[in-house]
Amino acid sequence: MQDLLAARAQMGVSLAFHIVFALVGMGMPVLMVVAERRWIVTGDEIYRELAQRWAKGTAILFAVGAVSGTVLSFELGLLWPGFMRFAGAIIGMPFSLEGFAFFMEAIFLGIYMYGWDHVPPRAHLAAGIVVAASGMASGVFVVIANAWMNTPTGFELAGGVPVRIHPLEALANPAAPTQTLHMVLAAYAATGFAVAGIHAFLLLRGQTNAFHRRALTIALWVGCPAAVLQPLSGDLAARQVARYQPVKLAAMEAVFHTESGAPLVLGGWPDLETETTKGALRIPHGLSLLAFHDPNAVVKGLDVVPRADWPNVPAVHWSFQLMVALGTYMALVALWVAWRALRTGALADHRWLLRAVALATPMGFVATEVGWMTTELGRQPWVIYGVLRTRDAVTPMPGLVVPFIMFTTLYCFLGVIVALLLYRQILHSPQVDEGVWAHMAPGARHADA
Amino acid sequence: MNGAAEILAGAVLVSLNAYVLLAGADFGGGVWDLLASGPRRAEQRSVIAEAIAPVWEANHVWLILALVLLFTCFPPAFAQLSIRLHVPLAMALVGVVLRGSAFAFRSYGGQRDEVQRHWGRLFASASVGTPFLLGTAVGAVAAGRVGESVASSPGFYAGYMAPWLSAFPASVGVFALTCFAFLAAVYLPLETDDPEIREDFRRRALAAGLAVAASGTVALALSRGIEPLQRGLLGAPWATPLHLLTGAAGAAALAGVWLRRWRVARIAAASEVSLILWGWALGQYPYLVPPTITIDTAAAPPETLTLAMVALGLGGLLLFPSLYYLFRLFKARSPHAD
Repeated sequence: MQDLLAARAQMGVSLAFHIVFALVGMGMPVLMVVAERRWIVTGDEIYRELAQRWAKGTAILFAVGAVSGTVLSFELGLLWPGFMRFAGAIIGMPFSLEGFAFFMEAIFLGIYMYGWDHVPPRAHLAAGIVVAASGMASGVFVVIANAWMNTPTGFELAGGVPVRIHPLEALANPAAPTQTLHMVLAAYAATGFAVAGIHAFLLLRGQTNAFHRRALTIALWVGCPAAVLQPLSGDLAARQVARYQPVKLAAMEAVFHTESGAPLVLGGWPDLETETTKGALRIPHGLSLLAFHDPNAVVKGLDVVPRADWPNVPAVHWSFQLMVALGTYMALVALWVAWRALRTGALADHRWLLRAVALATPMGFVATEVGWMTTELGRQPWVIYGVLRTRDAVTPMPGLVVPFIMFTTLYCFLGVIVALLLYRQILHSPQVDEGVWAHMAPGARHADA
Repeated sequence: MNGAAEILAGAVLVSLNAYVLLAGADFGGGVWDLLASGPRRAEQRSVIAEAIAPVWEANHVWLILALVLLFTCFPPAFAQLSIRLHVPLAMALVGVVLRGSAFAFRSYGGQRDEVQRHWGRLFASASVGTPFLLGTAVGAVAAGRVGESVASSPGFYAGYMAPWLSAFPASVGVFALTCFAFLAAVYLPLETDDPEIREDFRRRALAAGLAVAASGTVALALSRGIEPLQRGLLGAPWATPLHLLTGAAGAAALAGVWLRRWRVARIAAASEVSLILWGWALGQYPYLVPPTITIDTAAAPPETLTLAMVALGLGGLLLFPSLYYLFRLFKARSPHAD
């Protein structure tokens, strides 16, 4: 295996692994805070149980996220010292801010997890809110840094070296608002739908469980608004990409030749030899309309750069298509949920709705992974778009296939363990009929916790 | 002389210092988990676990803070360290991942005792390996070969193994490990009300204190001939007072443990280890990565440094009250002050 490829593969595996925990780290605290707030407002003990169980799951996932995030911050240097030497002074700022956000998250998660009996209820809830807010801030800062790699600003080049560095301008790079919005919504949609999907699945096996009903409702409250807003934020992001990263857009949409009134290409297999996409559904003027809100706008094709500078077109095209398909499904289910909720208020009694939600369990995470691949693979061969090539950023150390295999094995092992632990925890959910809970002896509630 | 750069280099060191005193003791806790013995083995382990659980993640973030400050304010130094020390740092990262995950799995997994023990063992072994590797990396920096360009030493071994795979870096690895174990053993008596467990940790603290002195002497002896570290450590005007002060702190820590003055011992042990860290830093000053990269030559442009200081200030305003709250909640409940 080539060293550059091994380094990219290791970074890819590390990010793909970490991103799951990052999403959960942003989304789960919101769910547990909502549950705890419901407990304080209603006095219904099921909500407290729910908040504690979600907090326990969050703590496991946060720990794995924290250490895999540590690996990534080291890997920036271990794999890409050329990138850090170039970009550290320009884009280190959001990483430093992320450091503080991570600090707040860790401190208040500790207080939240171990403080149930140490701090007053309001302070405890507030600790949960700080965890949720700093989780979101962490995600935003990291994605700002990634957005800068897509639309680098805040410096000038003099003989290949950055001069006149303005870190604040780099922080306010053009892709930052749309990318961060898209990622935050992704976190809430993915986590909300994953939790809702699991409880929907369990409800399909035993409809009367009040525990699952409440969990489902809260998770949908978090997931659905995000899932409905996500296509809109996707539109903003895509128009941004069309303007600043035309080659990435061309790869996403498999546009080989620059044209006006470009069609929207759905599915199909991009053939690099003939420069056509076989078996695709074409919507006339669709792409021009979506990307520039003008049916006759000129969309730049891959032909604006030499072939050597093309990203992996089929991979980018398919990642993007899959993301859009999954996001669309989730948005439609979210609308269905909203309509049901407005009409009858009861969500857990509609079996087809539960099935649709259960089907969506992994979709938000898969969509985020392929969305991430779209933006990362679509930027290649650049690590900083148009400025620094990935091959010029990689470490000179030979034998990079060894750490790649080492970390991949480690992450496979951890992934399996985490999945097993969560499965066990979900399997041991309490079985409570409506109205029975309040009469149970306190010990009985925690018998299987 | 670049004032902002000096201050930020100091901030990196302060972060590292906090990491050593806090996360270092968490690693040390893992060492004593591994070495738990006698009739109260299980109780020792549970005191350690309870002491670490609410704070270890926050303690861990000090390393991240040191790292991001380093790569924001001194990018060439970070790049050089990452290239030359890839191997030990990657191995230390595996340790970081295994230690943290295993601890979380044990705390929240709620599994059978037997499975819990497996996670406990993994947590404990990773707590031994990781500090050794991190210490070795620091030793390699101090040994002064990491800063040489890779081109000057062609080949995988010469370029990526030789800088750290030698006696002095390894002795610093062992020294770091004993320091961490010492800190943990000195802190732990304050975490329990059981006098017998306290005595267990007291014996361990005394043994670890002697091990710190022994391994420190070995490392100091092996540092002979290493420039500029040796000139700093042995020749500089501040060297003798610093060594005396460090020795005094060490003696006070041991005396505190001997006399069961736990709080005195805690402060003295923390001072001893901090003085050692600052001694290393002063010893190689003004170099970040000797023999080539200094604070001045690695410093980012002034705009970046100014903003980093603003971020540090604002972040500190959030961070320190929060940390105070965390530690007051979980670490101030000890009923048996001196």
